[in-house]
Formats: sequence, C-alpha cells, structure tokens
Amino acid sequence: MKFLKAMFKNVRRSPYQALAAVLIMMLTFLTISFFVFLLSGSSRIVSFFESKPQVTAFFKNETKQKEIDDLTQKVKEGGVVASVKFVSKQQALKIYQEQNKDDPLLLDLVTADILPASLEISTFKIEDLSGVSKMLKSSPVVSEVIYQKDIISTLVAWTNAVRKIGIALIVVLSFVSLFIMVTIIGMKISQRKEDIEIMKLIGASNWYIRWPFIFEGMFYGVVGAIIGWTIATLALWYSTPFLYSFLKGIPIFPIPLDFLFIVLGGELAFAILLGFISSFMAVLRYLK
Amino acid sequence: MIKLDKVSKKFGTGVLGLSDVTINVDKNEFVFLVGPTGSGKTTIFKLLIRETLPTEGTVTINDWNIIKLPKNKIPHLRKKIGVVFQDLKLLVDRTISENILLPLEVAGVKLEDAKKRADEVLAQVGILEHKEKFPVQLSGGELQRVAIARALVLSPEILLADEPTGNLDSATSWEIVKLLSDINEKGTTIIMATHNSDVVKSMNKRVIGLEKGKVVRDDKRKKEDNHSSHKASDDAKSMTDKPEGHGKEKSRSSHKDLEHKEEEKE
Repeated sequence: MKFLKAMFKNVRRSPYQALAAVLIMMLTFLTISFFVFLLSGSSRIVSFFESKPQVTAFFKNETKQKEIDDLTQKVKEGGVVASVKFVSKQQALKIYQEQNKDDPLLLDLVTADILPASLEISTFKIEDLSGVSKMLKSSPVVSEVIYQKDIISTLVAWTNAVRKIGIALIVVLSFVSLFIMVTIIGMKISQRKEDIEIMKLIGASNWYIRWPFIFEGMFYGVVGAIIGWTIATLALWYSTPFLYSFLKGIPIFPIPLDFLFIVLGGELAFAILLGFISSFMAVLRYLK
Repeated sequence: MIKLDKVSKKFGTGVLGLSDVTINVDKNEFVFLVGPTGSGKTTIFKLLIRETLPTEGTVTINDWNIIKLPKNKIPHLRKKIGVVFQDLKLLVDRTISENILLPLEVAGVKLEDAKKRADEVLAQVGILEHKEKFPVQLSGGELQRVAIARALVLSPEILLADEPTGNLDSATSWEIVKLLSDINEKGTTIIMATHNSDVVKSMNKRVIGLEKGKVVRDDKRKKEDNHSSHKASDDAKSMTDKPEGHGKEKSRSSHKDLEHKEEEKE
C-alpha cells in the first residue's frame, strides 16, 4: 500500500513522462488488439469455409434443364456427395436481392438474365471436393467452377501474411516501449537521486526503494493496455455494421463478449510483465 | 561498544583521509570529535554507518564487524545508528512529520504507531507545533532539531551528530547541545563532531582530537578541575597539540598505539 502511494506520487510529479510512458504502451497494445481481432476474425472465416465442403458450378446461359438433370445425376452417382442443390436464375436473383436489399441501385442494375444458374454441391469430406470439381469442370455445359479450396488457400495465405506482419510489428513495438520505459524510469530515478541516497542512509533497503519504481512501470503498462484495448474495441464495435454486410453469411457477429475480455486479460498480463521487466531493468541499471 | 582499530582510509585521489586511527567508545558515553575541516570527522561517521569502507583496519560496533557486514545487512545497521548529518539531509518535499515518519516507515512500523512515535520525538526535541510545515519554513535551529528527531525516532543505541551546531548562533547551539546531553542521559551513546570550542569547554566530556586524519588527542572524561577543561577547549581551538597521555585508562591503549606509531616513524 505504501509502495502504491509512493508510486502515485511519482506519477503525479512528472506528468509528461507519465504521459509518454502511457502513450507508447497504448500504441503497443492498440496494435496488439487490432492484430488479435484481425487474426481471430480471419481464422474464423477460414474455419467457416472449411466446415462447409462445397463446390459451386455455374452453368452456361444456354444450358437446357435436361443437361443439368443429367449432370446432377452423374454427380450423385459417386456416393461421396452429401447434397446437391440447384439454384435457378430466378432463385439466384432472389438471393442477390436478399443480400442487397438495402441498396436499390444494385437491385436495379441486375436482372435474372445476367445471373447464371448454378449447382451447389456439398461432399461429406473436404478431400472429395477436388474429384467432384474435376468432373464438373470437364462437363461442356459448366462455365465456371468455384471450388472453396481455392478460397481457403488464398485466405490462409493472407492470414499467414497478416500474422507475420502483426507479430513483427508487435515485437518491434514491444521493444520500443521497453526501451522507452527503461529510459523514463531511469530519468525518474536520476531525478530522485538525492532522496534515494537519504533513504538509504537512514536504513531503507534496496527493495524498499525499488518497489515504487517497479509498480510505476507496471502501472503505465496496465493503463496503456486498457486504453489501447478500449480504442480497438470501440473501433471494432463502430465498424461492425460495415463488416457485417461485407462478410455476408459468415457468422462472426456478434463478437462474443468473453472473447473481448479474454483479449483484455491477456493484454493486461503482458502489460504487467512488460512494465515489470522494463522498470526492473531501469532499477538494476540506475539504482546500484 | 564502538571500536575503530588501526583504521586507515585512502581516497581514490590518493589523499589519506584517516591514518591509523584507533578509538574506543563505551556504551552511554558522550564524545566530542574535534578537529579542523578535512581532519576526518565525517569520514569516521561514514565508516560507522558503512557509507564507506576503510582501506585498512577494522570497525566494530556491538561485536559486529562492520567491514565484513554483508550488503543486505547494511540497512539493519543503519537503523541501529541515528545520524544527524552535517547537511541534515531532510527531504524538502515532505513535511516535518513525514520526514520523521520515514525511518519508521522504512523499518516497517505500523502507521498509527509510527505517527504516535513521531509526535513523541517531535515533542522531545520541542518542535511538535511545526510538524505540518515543510523544511523551508523552519529556521536553522528548528531544522537541526528535526534532524535530531529523525535520528532518534528509531530509538538507536548510538547517535552520531555531525556539526549539529555548525550554522547556529551560540544560544541556539547551547539548546541543541543540551538536548543531545539529555538524550545521552537517557542511555544513548553520542558522538558529536564539532569545532565549537565553547561547547566543548563547558560540557566537560571526553574529547577526541583529529588532525589530518590522525588522532592527536583523546582525553577520557575530563577531571572536574578547571585546568584540564581549559586544556580541552584549547585543543578544540588549535588542534595542534600533541597527545599528552594524561587521559584515563580507557584512552590509554589508543595513546599507546599512537605513541608506538610515532616511534616507528622516527
């Protein structure tokens, strides 16, 4: 308790240093929050696609119903297919209208003619998708096959890239905040050199002098983490409507509250660790 | 109780701060440490609280070898010895009361008990009414009392006072010395560094004279006759006299050492 009191006194007496320390911590944890949100979102998108082994075959415009029925029959014969669903041009228009009901301009532009009829085929196992898609591609009436493995691998590649960038950025920022904190705490120690000397002379142990500084470092970390997390969470909340319409049909929203608090908890733990390490380094360096 | 045995201190610059100093101080003694600036008074104090280590010799307090004291025991030692520093070393950004509370806080005393004890000590030195003020608001004599109160607050067995009358007028000096004398009567061993010859003259206590890092005089408690009490004050003034060896038994050993050393030199 007395250490906390001494710590708050330290914070109050040099507000600019405190501000600098909190801001650099905030920047670090804002970045961490953003990347955590981004990565967990994209991994959920990937797993959503992975959980639905699906191939969509679009038919050429002039395809007759008979040819479609034949192909449907042929697909079913393999025994690996869980379901086959035919989506006619009219149905495709309906789906399109449903998806874009808020945007009259998009609705006006599109008619049933320009939307192709399609066949949505699900298999029991994700491995069987490539065989089915090969067969569909070989059919003369099929114009295009969308095979989700492509989507998934593109997504996975993107996610990996984002993860690498994120990790690199977080590591660099963590080091930057570490060194800035060491400098700030070191400055504070130097400013109070006389006080520290007096305290030592009247019998204060080294740890009695060190603890307030270490608490100070952890305090900056915690405050920075809370502010960074709050900003990132507000930004996520604010952009939810936009993301929701962008990621149509992929059930990410609403983001579960406990996920957000787990992120906060992890960040707080990291903040305390970062604050502790940096002020500990400063204390070892400047308080011999 | 306090024993410096053949202590020498050479500073980094090569200057000899103390040279072959042997001093014994008994429990409950009141000792004046006199000598001109740079004679080594403050260095002796620094050795006693292990702010510095001697180049040679041993320092013992209560059978504790201070030289071999492990680093983590230093705070423990410093809590046992109250020091009134020459420059007081009060924390200017804390009130008088907070300054007095600091040693108690450091020692881990509960806040309520600590406050009670601080008030007690402030009353003892007579500045209880100033306890909420800051050091800049107090006069020199009052600040000296604050420093004494802080040194006393942990009820140390030993009190070291470095020039506590240094910047004070003679009336105030007397008050401070009387205060220290009262404290001594309550059982605290006191070593006071000073060059106030009037004080030394009239107090009739043991005087250890230092010059250029050497003990040049160690008079055990003065006899009650005027002659030797004048002698002591003369020493305090001039500090050039050689030891005369008419002290009592306690000091004799150190005198012998000194004489012995001087013979060696010759």
